[in-house]
Amino acid sequence: MHGRPRKPEKPENAAASAAKAEKLRLLQSQFLSNHHNRIYTKEALEANAKLLEINPEYYTAWNYRKLAVQHYVAEAGSDPQAIKSVYDEELRVVEAALRQNFKSYGAWHHRKWVLSMGHSSLDQELRLLDKLQQLDSRNFHAWNYRRFLAELLNRSVEDELMHTEDMIGINFSNYSAWHNRSMLLCKQLKENDTGLTSKDVLSNEYELVQNAIFTDPDDQSGWFYHLWLIDQTMKAKPPILTSSWPSNGSELIISRKQCQGKCPLYEYRGLNIDLKEFPVVLYFNQAVSGVRSSTVTVKSFNVTWKPLSPSNSLASEIWVAYLNLAGEECHFEGPITVEFCIGQSQGILSSSGSPYGKPLRVAFTVTKEPIRVQDVEGHNPEMVSWEDPNFCADEVDSGVLNSDVSFIKERKENKESTISEWQKDTISKEIAGFRDLLSIKDYKIGKLTLARLLMADDALSFPYGNRSVHSAEVLELLKDLTKSDPTHSRYYEEHISLVLLQQLTSSEEMLRRHLFYFKGANTSSFHKPLCLRLNNLSLSRLGLFNKLLGVQMLDLSNNELQSIEGLEAMQLLSCLNLSKNKLGSFTALEPLRHLKSLKVLNISDNEIGSHSIDTRRYLFSSPLSHNEAVVWDPDVVPSDAASPTNYWEAFMLFKSLKLTQLDTIGNAVDDGRFRSFLVKIMPSLLFLDGQKLV
Amino acid sequence: MADLPPYPPIDPTTFDLIIVGTGLSQSILGAAAASAGKSVLHLDPNPFYGSHSSSIPPTGFSSFLCPPELSTGDRLLTHRSVYSDVDIVPEACPEDSRKFILDVSGPRVLFCADKAIEIILRSGVNQYLEFKAIDELLIWDEGKLESVPDTRSKIFKDKKMRLQEKNLLMTFFKLVQQHAQEEKKISNDDLQRPFVDFLTESRLPERIKKIILYAIAMVDYDQDEKKFCKHILSTKDGIERLVLYNSSVSRFSNAPGAMIYPIYGQGELPQAFCRRAAVKGCIHVLRMPIIDLHVDESGQYRGVKLASDQDIYSDRLVLDPSYKIPSDMKKSNPRDSLSDHPENPNLTDSYTKVARAVCITGTSLRPDVSNVLVIFPPQSLFPQQATAVRALQIGGNMAICPPGMFVLYLSALCSEAVQGKESLQEAINALVNLGSDNTETSGSISDSTSDAKNAGARPVIWKAFYVQELVEGHYDAICSAPTPDGRLDYDNVILATIQLFENLYPEEKFFPETPAEDSDEDADANVNLEPES
Repeated sequence: MHGRPRKPEKPENAAASAAKAEKLRLLQSQFLSNHHNRIYTKEALEANAKLLEINPEYYTAWNYRKLAVQHYVAEAGSDPQAIKSVYDEELRVVEAALRQNFKSYGAWHHRKWVLSMGHSSLDQELRLLDKLQQLDSRNFHAWNYRRFLAELLNRSVEDELMHTEDMIGINFSNYSAWHNRSMLLCKQLKENDTGLTSKDVLSNEYELVQNAIFTDPDDQSGWFYHLWLIDQTMKAKPPILTSSWPSNGSELIISRKQCQGKCPLYEYRGLNIDLKEFPVVLYFNQAVSGVRSSTVTVKSFNVTWKPLSPSNSLASEIWVAYLNLAGEECHFEGPITVEFCIGQSQGILSSSGSPYGKPLRVAFTVTKEPIRVQDVEGHNPEMVSWEDPNFCADEVDSGVLNSDVSFIKERKENKESTISEWQKDTISKEIAGFRDLLSIKDYKIGKLTLARLLMADDALSFPYGNRSVHSAEVLELLKDLTKSDPTHSRYYEEHISLVLLQQLTSSEEMLRRHLFYFKGANTSSFHKPLCLRLNNLSLSRLGLFNKLLGVQMLDLSNNELQSIEGLEAMQLLSCLNLSKNKLGSFTALEPLRHLKSLKVLNISDNEIGSHSIDTRRYLFSSPLSHNEAVVWDPDVVPSDAASPTNYWEAFMLFKSLKLTQLDTIGNAVDDGRFRSFLVKIMPSLLFLDGQKLV
Repeated sequence: MADLPPYPPIDPTTFDLIIVGTGLSQSILGAAAASAGKSVLHLDPNPFYGSHSSSIPPTGFSSFLCPPELSTGDRLLTHRSVYSDVDIVPEACPEDSRKFILDVSGPRVLFCADKAIEIILRSGVNQYLEFKAIDELLIWDEGKLESVPDTRSKIFKDKKMRLQEKNLLMTFFKLVQQHAQEEKKISNDDLQRPFVDFLTESRLPERIKKIILYAIAMVDYDQDEKKFCKHILSTKDGIERLVLYNSSVSRFSNAPGAMIYPIYGQGELPQAFCRRAAVKGCIHVLRMPIIDLHVDESGQYRGVKLASDQDIYSDRLVLDPSYKIPSDMKKSNPRDSLSDHPENPNLTDSYTKVARAVCITGTSLRPDVSNVLVIFPPQSLFPQQATAVRALQIGGNMAICPPGMFVLYLSALCSEAVQGKESLQEAINALVNLGSDNTETSGSISDSTSDAKNAGARPVIWKAFYVQELVEGHYDAICSAPTPDGRLDYDNVILATIQLFENLYPEEKFFPETPAEDSDEDADANVNLEPES
């Protein structure tokens, strides 16, 4: 059934197929007239059956049969024998059609419909299925139908597992059989009444799949299943909060700016803070749903938690809420204590349905400093320059690290039993196994799997992840793969980036090497802003945001980034340098729309506008999506613009931001007209491409 | 022979070819010659077809293996006793013994892609034959029967191999496949070397090496004993055998394994070829020994004298291996004196006999299957075991015995009868006591039959033990067909037959392809393998 070349049409068959087409046309027109006139005679049905036997994919013909069945069943009244014979005839027709083409959706669907009516015997069905599967054991229609039958027959999961094991035993390249197995095991895991733990359900699977992988490492099926198993094993841990901003115990000091008017302005380490929208960010170890004011309670504040996910899904790793501290303005002399509790009432669930692991209480204080900021240049802010001399590597103290970068030291009290011994054992056993395999021969997929396992082991060993024992080895494996498998080098490079980020956030000491104080020409604020400089690292992917939640100034220039997915977690980010990367379009900047504090953005020397087709565009909001807060104004685009998509993409992105400085030089979109467009849509802009706007 | 019913005289009295004995080799030759348009007279002194390749009931075993001495006086023709050391226990045959049809030259199977199947398909003989699959292939390993991981899925399911071993074995199988498909050739230097060394270099562990050598390549001689280079399988031949095995697996939809067995026994094969020959005009006369040869003044062969006293003349004569060819017959053509002569120095390695045993038992070696092949590699039974022992159990579904009964065939090459007998006896003991507490028992044939009462032991109801001489084909003025050999398949028999045919009729084709009769596409489907019930 698989990998058979199609034979070229022989000329002598042409006449035969022409005759067949003629016959088909005749049957078809006959059938359509019957259908139209609602003729359900025996002859009409026979002609229809003939038609379906030749072309089982004809949905209208199947639907006609359904109507005919209803007609005959109504005629049969309450005679169960007559009704049964009507349905049996349908089964016969479907069988004939399946013999012709047993990958026909229409035929399988009709059979399901007949059986779901409940008038037919199910005894023959499994046997029929076995017969068909002898022809093609991987046919997914047949497997689909089997699941339907198993449900209808109330076959136990154990019996079905046994069946898949037999099928895998016959040929372990049967991906459909492995897939059915994963479906059955998921069912077993979700059925709480069985009392089976992940350990019970998954442990034996490793032995089975390792036999497949070791016997023939060049076969994909086993590897797919193995990847799924590892994922299930890792997922077996309940969701927990890995970090938050502000972090637990942090004491934030904000300064009141001198200003005119009634609206008081506050500043936190150089960042203007709108007290009505004080951000609180929660970062979980996996995507969770159900974060609400009832599940994450904030003492004496009314909050609305929102997931930060680009795909508008209801589950996300990152959740954000904006507290209104302005209400506390009047008695805002002493520190305000904000305290929130996570998971004390049920409701936060992981995608696999496991509830939130360990209830947690997080508290921080916000203290108003006496007015010290002389916001003299308030009306004339200076342009931020990312030149190297503007950064100095002064010693950064731990307290600043904690609150500014949200760098959390390994929290001993949290390193407890949520990660079961079984997970650790399993992963280390797998690591040993794959080292064995690789000692025989260098299998690329084996190396990748080992790298994944080592990363998983790191993640398990230190759930709050400050150490990376294996990262050197993982890097070496991935670098090998980039060389030996250049086709997928981008994939490996993304992994390398993540490991690098893991390494440099693994300890205070490592992180300090990348922290600099920014001393721009006229830094006005009392606190010099702290900048995380991750430039020149060949990064192609970002990650580990949970450790960097409080970063306000970030330099990512001179990397290989095509996407900045996940950056939306850095809610305090105000200055961002993305110059000299590989960003291909404005859609790639989508995460910036969630960064309400962003003021300064450098996207110069990228490839924005040079790719006419962006495969990720469907993720991006467009003027056509109705749920957008930004209302599209078609008049801003010059009528003769070469590429209007760039205009509306830029519009959707920048309209929601309040940038004061933007650099776009060195991109394909960069021309005079586009610049005037940008100025038009961003009234807040003070500097564009290094020039002060008048 | 005195009470032979009178035969009508054979007419005509002159043939192109007279063949004596309906062994498989002669039967194929008869069919091939008849297909090539030769007039053939095929005689057999026995009342049944098959000669040394026949299947006969237990009642006939004794008289077939020990035929009465025929005094040939001073005639040119003398007999050779093919069988010796015949030992049948008990002498009385089991009840229903008519329901048993036992192979004389067992154990023997066909590999689905071997030469015999090719000849069967090419000659159209498949229409007279039905086959069933051998269900399981097992190897004797440290006192236990272990499944042989001969295919990808068997390696996957194997419980005994470690994961790394599975990988090494599968990698090796792939190497063989790539070589066969010419994707990646094994170097010529490697091909000339002993296969056992090649396996060692492929990092295969001892156990796996044994499995490949003795249970897949079906080697007879101990490959670690390198005294006789004739016994050492070269890598080239080893790879060929593995490729044959691999292409045999699942060749026919009803046979998942590599091997099949003809329903009603191996004796069906010569009969089927004889039927084929008859269709092409060959005349068969059973119960008709020849008693003398006619030779002209110059010493040239002219014809034979039948037991019915009729004289029949022919250009060529092929004799059964149980006749000795008169040594003073003048050679018609010196070129025909081939190296396969029995007195050839090649055979001085002294393994000129094959010990065979046939047992009838009431229980299967495996609970759920009945047709099982067991391999005992050299030294696996006892340290002095020099050659591999093979045991084939065939059950009632092959229609050779009543349902619920099983026939076990064993064979081993040997130089001395005692040595062969010991090997077979140890193998029988091992199988009989399998699963019983008393695994240490070793005893004579009669011992183990009485031991059968022990709990767990398999009773052997009837047992025949005999040693067969290995006689190779002889090509000369008078030709002689080979005896069945010690192999599991028919490859050597087929090769010898083709050689014999080419020697007789160098200008004719051996079963020319007849595309009109069975087209290439469904030739395979014509091997009528019964579905498993």
